[in-house]
Amino acid sequence: MGEILVKNKDIVVPGEELASGMDFLPSFGTYRDKDKILASRLGLVSIDGKIIRIIPLSGKYNPRRGDTIIGKIEDVSYSGWRVDTNSAYPAMLSMKDATSEFIQRGSDLTQYFDLDDYVVAKIINVTSQKLIDLTTRGPGLRKLTGGRVIEVNTNKVPRIIGKQGSMVHMIKQATDCKIVVGQNGLLWILGEPKSELIAIEAIRKIENESHLSGLTERIKDFLEKATGRKIEEKMAEKGEQNGLS
Amino acid sequence: MAYPKRLDGRKFNETREIEAKAGVIKRADGSAMFRIGKTVAYAAVYGPRNLYPKFLQNPREGIVRVNYAMMPFSSKGERVRPGPSRRSKEISMVTEKALLPVLHLEEFPNAVVDVFIELPQTDAGTRCAGICAASIALADAGIPMKDLVAAVSVGRVDEQVLVDLNYDEEAFDGKVADVPLAVVQRTGHISLLQMDGEIEKGQLINAIKLGQETLKKVFEAQKKALKEKYHTEGGEE
Repeated sequence: MGEILVKNKDIVVPGEELASGMDFLPSFGTYRDKDKILASRLGLVSIDGKIIRIIPLSGKYNPRRGDTIIGKIEDVSYSGWRVDTNSAYPAMLSMKDATSEFIQRGSDLTQYFDLDDYVVAKIINVTSQKLIDLTTRGPGLRKLTGGRVIEVNTNKVPRIIGKQGSMVHMIKQATDCKIVVGQNGLLWILGEPKSELIAIEAIRKIENESHLSGLTERIKDFLEKATGRKIEEKMAEKGEQNGLS
Repeated sequence: MAYPKRLDGRKFNETREIEAKAGVIKRADGSAMFRIGKTVAYAAVYGPRNLYPKFLQNPREGIVRVNYAMMPFSSKGERVRPGPSRRSKEISMVTEKALLPVLHLEEFPNAVVDVFIELPQTDAGTRCAGICAASIALADAGIPMKDLVAAVSVGRVDEQVLVDLNYDEEAFDGKVADVPLAVVQRTGHISLLQMDGEIEKGQLINAIKLGQETLKKVFEAQKKALKEKYHTEGGEE
């Protein structure tokens, strides 16, 4: 008979036994050795029915198809751009995926994206060798001008976004900043310099305290104190239901 | 000359005082401090990250680079010349080989994980302390790994088999053997075994058994360090 040896949301270290018996299935961050399921990463245990997985607390961004990321143009080539993705691998943004405009053969590509420009892009494909293709054609995908880019722990991005975007919406509302959150841990913020700083401070607070309960409430208090503005109750309630998953 | 009692009064199967801490270097992707007695090791992990020059890349799996270094002031008054030496290159290599069996590197082809081990203070057993620190730092960096690795030195002083020799014991005037031993936690597999000195077969077998037993304590310290990082930062889980 199978048996779970840890509690949900326990912190586990690599090599720790999570379950015994064949009744459970190892998922992300775990592996099976004979009749045992073991952790292969540092993180929080998540038991969902028969499936055991680990929610990592640290680690670099692992590019996945469909993710929206913020990238920095590293190089401009003949037929596209190379983009730094804040992961171990650079991505390619080809000419035809960059814009719906017609680009004359051999024309200067820097008029679209120049070196050191930041772009919001979507990952179209990742191969087994981690060659990444990006697109900037789609709603919300564009070049970022002005503002500032900050880096956060990629594993905390879901908490910064909140359930259905509630957390980031709250920050936007309180500070009047435009914010774009990339799955790769880069965030772009544009607003009044003072409110940009408040937004950054709020994001750092989320990053550091994301595994404490009552997070939304504390962020709300912080934002209200910092901006001197009242935040609607409805928003805060919605955020409180945030699961870690 | 016999060795009835250890110079620092420890039991023969007793290690020096162990202290471990994860996340000590904030800018690194993962880091750890490991102290055993007067030997202190810091490890910082960066990556997985892009690897250049390109000919070093391995399309089948990621690679690990370990750099072991003693700080210039870390020895007993003699300045340790910084930079790679014959000794530090060897230790970097064996440390890498000691850690490799537990790492899942196939998840990031062509990339590299860099591990830097620095020793600000040394009193024998540096490569073992380095391996212990590196193992914590790799886990802290979120690198997928099967298990933890810990290391301790075992050996003999005169006719006595013992664990965790300090510098005075290594320099004992008589027959001495210093055997650094690294073990994978769950399986008990040995991933590093070197020797300096002379030892008989029976003594070596006893020493290794003693070491494997002692390492259980070290593994506990490593696990505690990793879990504590999130408990102190976050309070509750």
